[in-house]
Amino acid sequence: MCLAIPGQIAELVPDNALLARVNVGGVYRNVNIGLLEDGDVSPGDWILIHVGFALSKIDETQAHDQLRMLRAMGEDELAIDEVRGYSFAESAGDSG
Amino acid sequence: MKYVDEYRDPKVIGGLARELARSVDPARTYRIMEVCGGHTHAIYRHGLRDVLPANIELVHGPGCPVCVLPTGRVDDGLDIAARDDVILTCFGDMMRVPGTKGTPLELKARGADIRMVYSPLDALRIAEQNPQKHVCFFAIGFETTAPSTALTILRAHALEIRNFSVFSNHVTIVPAMKAILDSPDMRIDAFVGPGHVSTVTGCRPYAFIASDYGKPVVVSGFEPADILESILMILRQLHAGESKVENQYRRIVPWEGNPPALRAMARIFELRPYFEWRGLGFISQSALALKPEVAAFDAERVFAIPGVRVTDPRGAQCGEVLKGVLKPPQCKLFGTECDPEHPIGALMVSSEGACAAHYRYAVHAQAVEA
Repeated sequence: MCLAIPGQIAELVPDNALLARVNVGGVYRNVNIGLLEDGDVSPGDWILIHVGFALSKIDETQAHDQLRMLRAMGEDELAIDEVRGYSFAESAGDSG
Repeated sequence: MKYVDEYRDPKVIGGLARELARSVDPARTYRIMEVCGGHTHAIYRHGLRDVLPANIELVHGPGCPVCVLPTGRVDDGLDIAARDDVILTCFGDMMRVPGTKGTPLELKARGADIRMVYSPLDALRIAEQNPQKHVCFFAIGFETTAPSTALTILRAHALEIRNFSVFSNHVTIVPAMKAILDSPDMRIDAFVGPGHVSTVTGCRPYAFIASDYGKPVVVSGFEPADILESILMILRQLHAGESKVENQYRRIVPWEGNPPALRAMARIFELRPYFEWRGLGFISQSALALKPEVAAFDAERVFAIPGVRVTDPRGAQCGEVLKGVLKPPQCKLFGTECDPEHPIGALMVSSEGACAAHYRYAVHAQAVEA
């Protein structure tokens, strides 16, 4: 329940300061970055995602550690399913 | 031991296991509580019990949101869902948690509009798409999840969405740890502190456990080596007669936590005077209600919910297991009337629940070996 999913920022969504497009294992979805300090993330950065929100900024090594941990827990598929399931901002400009 | 092989470097595990074996004082026992359900799952899955010296006892803590949710609150949420004009949304973990009249999944099968979401923002989107309905989000979770609910409510407020509410069952972990320390039938020597909750709260809230109760707290990561290293750090403190808060999970957990997340929670939530936890009873200032300023989004004000206290199903000893007084297989219903396919108690539902983890990894593994 409290496990967090690592992802890499592909782009900041234009016209919506709260959203970033994130790549999680090849699945691209928008996530909300409102729980990070303003201007804290840019494309290429890695973040931990929980229930549709970026919870913290991490570095690439930590992201790989986190992914390996999810795999070892047998929860990597669930994590991808979760990200795939985020439907709140399918197109740029949607509420996020 | 079989799951440990999946870890990146079995040598690290072996080294830590040997150091733990060297470090323990054979003349005493150690009761260490891992607070977080994610740690409970990891401990079972990786077979860490087999790696630890026999006189270290791990007690599984209350850090599993669906496990500590009392049946009465499930009933309250399902009462909201029973209204014709309501869509109830909840995380997947909630769908199989039994209330008195069934689980959310069973009520859905009987016609209630109950939908699983992966994010509270998905619930808000459903509200935007269904203006003729009221969409209620059944919010559960500790400090990892509560900031996301808070931002969703702020978003609903900004967008002036009027058909959306939150049934808040958010709880905070530190008062539960205090309740455990104050409980006369529980003797805990130290805590493995939660990982991702601490990403939000930071390490400071645990300070009083070290200073006032004299118990070490080590915030830990989730890999086998993280958990073993955290236990080793606890032993070192105990043997040195120290009690302090240490952060083994520095690579993810900042000492100060996540200030914007804490600010979002402070804007939306206030502490309830008390809240019922399954197994632990009523704990003061342990849960979050919506502030009066956002009352329009508070399902407990929008709806007249029954609010009836419900005792655990007859024979189920979830409370004793949650407090660590009983081990999962010592419950009368474990593996007979209550199993992961037909859970009677919430601890059998979530992979983070001690009973589900014990059933899946300890019982099932024995059956396969036999």
